[in-house]
Amino acid sequence: MSNTTTNTIAGRNILVTGGSRGLGRALGLALARAGARVVLVARHADKLSEAVAAIRAAGGDAHAIVADVADRDATHAIAGQAAAAVGAIDVLINNASTLGPVPLRLLLDTDCEDLDRALAVNLVGPFRLTKAIAGPMVLRGGGTIVNVTSDAATEAYERWGAYGASKAALEQLGRVWASELAGTGVRVINVDPGEMDTRMHADAIPDANRAELADPARVAAEIVALLQADPGPAPGARVAIRTGPQAEAST
Amino acid sequence: MKPATTYPERRDDVRLLVIDPLGSPDEGLRETRTPALPDFLATGDLLIVNDAATVPASLRGHDDAGHEIEARLVAARGDDRFSAVLFGAGDWHQRTEDRPPPAPLPVGARLQFGTLVAEIAGRAATSPRLVDLRFAVGGDALWAALYREGRPVQYSYLAHDLPLWAVQTVYAARPWAFEMPSAGRPLSWETLLALRRKGVRWAALTHAAGLSATGDPAIDAALPMAERYDIPAATVRTVAETRARGGRVVAVGTTVVRALEGAASKNGDLRPGPGETDLIITPAFRARVVDGILSGAHAAHESHFSLLAAFAGPALLAAAATHAERAGFLTHELGDSMLVLPGALARARAGRASG
Repeated sequence: MSNTTTNTIAGRNILVTGGSRGLGRALGLALARAGARVVLVARHADKLSEAVAAIRAAGGDAHAIVADVADRDATHAIAGQAAAAVGAIDVLINNASTLGPVPLRLLLDTDCEDLDRALAVNLVGPFRLTKAIAGPMVLRGGGTIVNVTSDAATEAYERWGAYGASKAALEQLGRVWASELAGTGVRVINVDPGEMDTRMHADAIPDANRAELADPARVAAEIVALLQADPGPAPGARVAIRTGPQAEAST
Repeated sequence: MKPATTYPERRDDVRLLVIDPLGSPDEGLRETRTPALPDFLATGDLLIVNDAATVPASLRGHDDAGHEIEARLVAARGDDRFSAVLFGAGDWHQRTEDRPPPAPLPVGARLQFGTLVAEIAGRAATSPRLVDLRFAVGGDALWAALYREGRPVQYSYLAHDLPLWAVQTVYAARPWAFEMPSAGRPLSWETLLALRRKGVRWAALTHAAGLSATGDPAIDAALPMAERYDIPAATVRTVAETRARGGRVVAVGTTVVRALEGAASKNGDLRPGPGETDLIITPAFRARVVDGILSGAHAAHESHFSLLAAFAGPALLAAAATHAERAGFLTHELGDSMLVLPGALARARAGRASG
């Protein structure tokens, strides 16, 4: 780790949604390894218990909350259980997201309800949770909120319309959050993790060459470094992380 | 005065009666609305809030004989234990004093609240309805169960159930409060940021607000019970800086007054960290830390109102009560607000003159 890293996350309380698999699970492990107290949120208790057990087995401090971020009644239950487990939250990572039904469909074939679900999980859920968590952060004068986004938010990929629109809106909310919270000590950033070797990616593009995809553990390590960097990304910044073999081949 | 039966359309737009103890009964009152709060504080003042989130503290279930039971949690006692007040059949639509008491339950009796099981581990001398509950699970599993099975404590004057979000302040963090620290309910970020732009600082503490009433005369006579609090070192520093520079310390709610005054030494110095206070604020109480209070509106006969007498004289408070009554102020958790602060109106006048 470089000597300029001074913004330690050791002892910080970090809430990660979508924590049972993929990038969220990798983030839980990487953050706990860096000394953070980690609270993971996911819908499925079994997978979530496995993720928490893996962190504890590695000597980390982890807690599980079984909830669906799209459930409007879950917002204060998540915030309350997290704060009961570890205390006030220092970092919120809005990582949970859904593609909607796969194989992905053209917009003309997309059911309105599927767009609703994508917006509920990828946009409205993070909005509600950010509202509940950012308030006490502002009062204490510090905190970081990370929205995990996608290049589908900025590129017009065919069949990624519902997902891409939800992520584009999430990014825009992130920029406005950052602007409104200027001077409060609370920072909001958007992080695009790139194409990763996850089940979500396999669901979307089953015939992808996995050798060309980034390892979520490496992406998680980059996000941990980003959180520890001082100065870190500017509020409202969009940070694209490219650690996959393709990124290395192009450098 | 009538209680508010539902939450206001906007949390930060209710009536505010400003009471200036330095003013006469004629000149010491002004009615406005809560967005105007910054007009009555000045650069260098400090607003201290209770950042406790409200726990869904009401659990409904039954005992082993099938009798209906409602348990309202009143204090955390350990990883798997809470103090609770038990109620019998019926629900929140009835006034607590009209609810039948629960069937007499011995220590060791088992209670079932949905999927959550508890045992009566002890009973208070005050009343057999005030018990220690030991749950079958503790820690994270207990909190998950409380959020699954519990509902916020409701009030008989409400028009509808209060959902969990409706009993949270905008800065709620740790779930320590068993009823909403409701003096802070009308504070929005618009108002808080306007205060900051004016040079008013904020600070927080956490105070485990317990139940306001139970309908059991013996328990109600003993309220408020000892409650725990936690005052961050940063808040202690900010209070000291404010006092050193002549600023005023404004408590948002009685829980903040209890925590600060309970933690204060004789000369008004504060020690940071966790503690427990059994302080009861009476009209004779002379505050050592707090200069003023933002409070929910209460009728003159309520104990909350008599607490204001620690901050303002009886003639002015009587005038305030009459004004609130005539103007139709709404009381209780979702109602209107009162600010009692020395100099509040003089400064507002000065601010307008210079502006």
